[in-house]
Amino acid sequence: MLSILTFLPVVGAVVVLLAPGDSLKRGLALGAAIATFVVSLLLLPGWQEIPDMQFVERYAWMPELNIYYHLGVDGISLWLVLLTTLLMPIAVAFSNQHIKQNLGGYLALMLLMETAVLGVFLALDLVLFYVFWEFSLIPMAFLIGKWGSQNRIYAAVKFFLYTLAGSALMLVAILALYFNAGTFDLLALQESGLPPGLQQLAFLAFALAFAIKVPLFPFHTWLPDAHVEAPTAGSVILAGVLLKLGTYGFLRFALPLFPVAVADYASLISILAIIGILYGALVALAQRDLKSLVAYSSVAHMGFVVLGIFALNEQGISGAVLQMVNHGLSTGALFLLVGMLYERRHTRLLKDYGGLWASVPIFSFFFLVVAMSSAGLPFLNGFIGEFMILLGTYKSSPFFAVLGTVGVILAAWYLLHAFRQVAQGELTNPANFKGKLPDLNWAEIGQLLPIVLLFFAIGLAPNFFLDKINPSVAALEVVQTPVAGEALLVDSSHQPPTTSANSYLTTIR
Amino acid sequence: MLELAWLILVFPALGALVNLFVGDRLGERGIHVVASGMVVLSFVVSLGLFFGLAGLDEHHRTATVHLWDWITVGSFHAPAALLIDPLSVTMALVVTGVGALIHIYAGGYMHGEQNFQRFFVYLNFFILAMLVLILSNNFVGMFVGWEGVGLASYLLIGFYFDRHDESYGHYADAGKKAFLVNRIGDFGMLLAVFLIWTSVGSVVFEEVHHGAGALTAGAATAICLLLLLAATGKSAQLPLFVWLPDAMAGPTPVSALIHAATMVTAGIYMVARTHFLWELAPVAGGLAAWVGGLTALMAATIALTQVDLKKILAYSTISQLGYMMLGVGVGAYAFAIFHLVTHAFFKALLFLAAGNVMHGLPGGELDIRKMGNLRAKMPTTFWLFLIGASALAGLPIFSGFFSKDGILLHVANFNIPLYLIGLFTALLTAIYSFRAVFMAFLGEARDQHVHDHAHESPAVMTRPLWVLAFLAVVGGALNLPVLLTMEHYLEAAVGAPAFHPNVTMEFVLLAVSAVVAVAGVGLAYGRYVKGPSTGVGRISGGVARLVSPLELVARNKWYVDEFYAAWIVGPLLGLSVWFNQVVDQGVVDRAVNLVGQVSLSLGGNLRKMHNGLVPTYALSLFCGVVALLLWFVIGG
Repeated sequence: MLSILTFLPVVGAVVVLLAPGDSLKRGLALGAAIATFVVSLLLLPGWQEIPDMQFVERYAWMPELNIYYHLGVDGISLWLVLLTTLLMPIAVAFSNQHIKQNLGGYLALMLLMETAVLGVFLALDLVLFYVFWEFSLIPMAFLIGKWGSQNRIYAAVKFFLYTLAGSALMLVAILALYFNAGTFDLLALQESGLPPGLQQLAFLAFALAFAIKVPLFPFHTWLPDAHVEAPTAGSVILAGVLLKLGTYGFLRFALPLFPVAVADYASLISILAIIGILYGALVALAQRDLKSLVAYSSVAHMGFVVLGIFALNEQGISGAVLQMVNHGLSTGALFLLVGMLYERRHTRLLKDYGGLWASVPIFSFFFLVVAMSSAGLPFLNGFIGEFMILLGTYKSSPFFAVLGTVGVILAAWYLLHAFRQVAQGELTNPANFKGKLPDLNWAEIGQLLPIVLLFFAIGLAPNFFLDKINPSVAALEVVQTPVAGEALLVDSSHQPPTTSANSYLTTIR
Repeated sequence: MLELAWLILVFPALGALVNLFVGDRLGERGIHVVASGMVVLSFVVSLGLFFGLAGLDEHHRTATVHLWDWITVGSFHAPAALLIDPLSVTMALVVTGVGALIHIYAGGYMHGEQNFQRFFVYLNFFILAMLVLILSNNFVGMFVGWEGVGLASYLLIGFYFDRHDESYGHYADAGKKAFLVNRIGDFGMLLAVFLIWTSVGSVVFEEVHHGAGALTAGAATAICLLLLLAATGKSAQLPLFVWLPDAMAGPTPVSALIHAATMVTAGIYMVARTHFLWELAPVAGGLAAWVGGLTALMAATIALTQVDLKKILAYSTISQLGYMMLGVGVGAYAFAIFHLVTHAFFKALLFLAAGNVMHGLPGGELDIRKMGNLRAKMPTTFWLFLIGASALAGLPIFSGFFSKDGILLHVANFNIPLYLIGLFTALLTAIYSFRAVFMAFLGEARDQHVHDHAHESPAVMTRPLWVLAFLAVVGGALNLPVLLTMEHYLEAAVGAPAFHPNVTMEFVLLAVSAVVAVAGVGLAYGRYVKGPSTGVGRISGGVARLVSPLELVARNKWYVDEFYAAWIVGPLLGLSVWFNQVVDQGVVDRAVNLVGQVSLSLGGNLRKMHNGLVPTYALSLFCGVVALLLWFVIGG
């Protein structure tokens, strides 16, 4: 089943390339993406709320090297898989409307990317994982480089080289793990218990690759370039799914394989995450281009996810998993909205807009709801993730949580600023007048509506999602805190931050 | 009956959804009927809850209605559940009762507005969020409502999102400011919830109440200080009150409902709801009392100098919220809630009457300097406003007199300087409320154009006000000094104060308050009606000269906005630009590109090896990998 899920998009890509005529290509690509989504939904009826891998497939691939084709899904990857399969038909539908040049290639690349991403989320063998991981770069780089805007080549090369360089060391570390434990199998490696020295080095190598992908401050500068140049659907997938590969990597590989190193570096990474939250938010506020504002907001939001992961407790990590989905939905929707605006007006500068609420009320309404989701307003999804992350962070380190919570204020600032500049104020630019600027059509509403409905579903009934996430998170070695450590945390919760920051170590050891 | 409590939320939710999706087909009248009808139905449910609760034993008047398990992660659990007790039912009655009247009124006030439908969607959503805030049985649920009302407030302040004028700047900016200032308060609330959960292990009010004994004094104080920050945001206290005056940019029914009668009292409600924590943190309580007292005083001085009728009322609201904060700070929770209730009546009345003035004057004039003798043109509104002002001024018999005095009584026992501040503020209150009455409705018409075009409002905009006027007059009877009904009723939920005044002291202080209120009205009469040549006028003039150095400061709102602009917003914006232009482009990104260039030039030197033969690449890759592996293995 997981193999069908993973490779269905590739089949789709081949068919799309072979099919004659653009309208047939459009229909086939959308059909393939929707079919993949339907297959992924089939995971839900048989889902068991247990910590173990489910729907596991394992075949020998290169037996002499002990490399297996090993797939499986658990509570940490389930919703990321569904997020990917949901966003892809939406991105394809958007592209179908707007991409004119070399449509078949574009759609095929999108579908190839889906396979690569699903492969990363499902692979349980490090070699298989690495293959999918690297492969995910290629379609994206082409999408940016070929269908992007003016500066696309620079952005594509930067994106490609930066992330490639990041993962080179990871390959070395994977090999080192193999030579140490004799296997590439994630679950087997997890059992084996790696020597602390190797953990330190391997963790750094993995962490660099993941940190660039997230992107964690100060490795984030490829992101605004890539986003501003990428075509809309590319941005949706880049922000919605590709960034999650980094945080997912931390969760799936770094935390289980290198618990000792994770404990040592948790504070450092949390500090980088907090810098990302605050710095990303302030830089977002200074943007004049709506798309780069959203891009920097991703730096801040993904900082929250990393902060939650390195809180190293159930609340923080479950919140982080949910927040990955939330960020994918809300930022995906934001990029869609920016794209819809751009296709109409061919500008993304805030100063070219203002007062759109009067001329395009449906667009403005969606923009408001999406901005509020992104700002973490209760009733909606973003709040649940952000709240759990900060709660978990507070449990590990009150001082970090205080700084992170400042980010919640700043998030409201840049999002309301964006909404104020675009939708509110006086309608002065004649190009934006009612009649000149068409409101969203049904196809566009259809692309946004599933996302917005999910905002409410996650916000009102988060337990439907969390119940599937929690068992896998609770089984992580790093969150299995001794009771004594728990009590110590309670006592130290109002102590000065220095003591609390050290409580990471207490929590884990 | 109590298990049907969820219905109270369903009605406004339904109203908002119906009007959002099919409102354009319903027409103005249909929208108005749906929106108001739903709030009336919620009010009926509130009444049902009140009687359902009354049927229970006096000491066990509390019920929890579990709706669904909302968030569960590990040992953290936040249910979606309602807590029905005297406190929440009292709040629900006020919110739905006053809310229904204002919904009805707004049908007339907003008649012909372009975004009539949107307005009522927001208004119903506000009622929903406010009910979630006051009925949730846990901190996280309360926070949902807390931020929900913030969103409603933001949307309604910026309702005229394309307008701007001298008094309010861009209306959309006023909404943004309200949201962001409130977020600073929310920051405190979030941290308080984190601290509560890590120390007590629960976020459910009743469980925290039972587990509060485990809190150290330091933790309890920290929690309450964070909650105080949250309350100063939502209830517009020092230092976060700056958003409320600007919030008057919203339509007047919104000012009445959200920014006077209900939402802004959420901070007071929250403190009363968490009284069991404040009882462990006397330092935080004392600070809350001082914050309240000083806010009351400062806002009253500003109210004296304003010329915009709605802004006078806005500062008066801040000042009255200060009294309530003072009340909860000294532990007089029941009296603070009592004042919250009477204030909801008379301040909603005042705002709606001001709305009638605005509605009836050309161009929505609000400057009281251009009014005068409006009594001749809008007699009904005059009487309504006069009743509201009398209650606000605390004239004897009127509701505000009893509730404010209940608070002052407890303050007198707590701290004499604070009591004197409260008493002096009461004097100022009487002066500024009657300054508004006299300048707007009596004396000479100062602007003939305005006066000529003034007209009374239609019945839909006066009838609901009579209900409020009636309540503003007799609301004090909810808690007559001897009968003590409401206070007693609330004590089941918020606990009885440790201090019980004796009857003599009570009557002496009542008399003092009465004298002060009457004196305030007299001073205003002398200054604004009689003029400086008369006897009373001379006394008023003397008092005015005495405080004139303060007047400039007060007129400029104590320069608080300017302070924030110069010391917080400005630097942050500067930092934002600096980060963007210098740090991000100039340092971080340049470093990355530099690394890239160095590698490329290295690559140039090594080009000899790059002969395009795959085996060579493979070999060098292999060598590199082996080298690194060696490093790993040896290093490890």
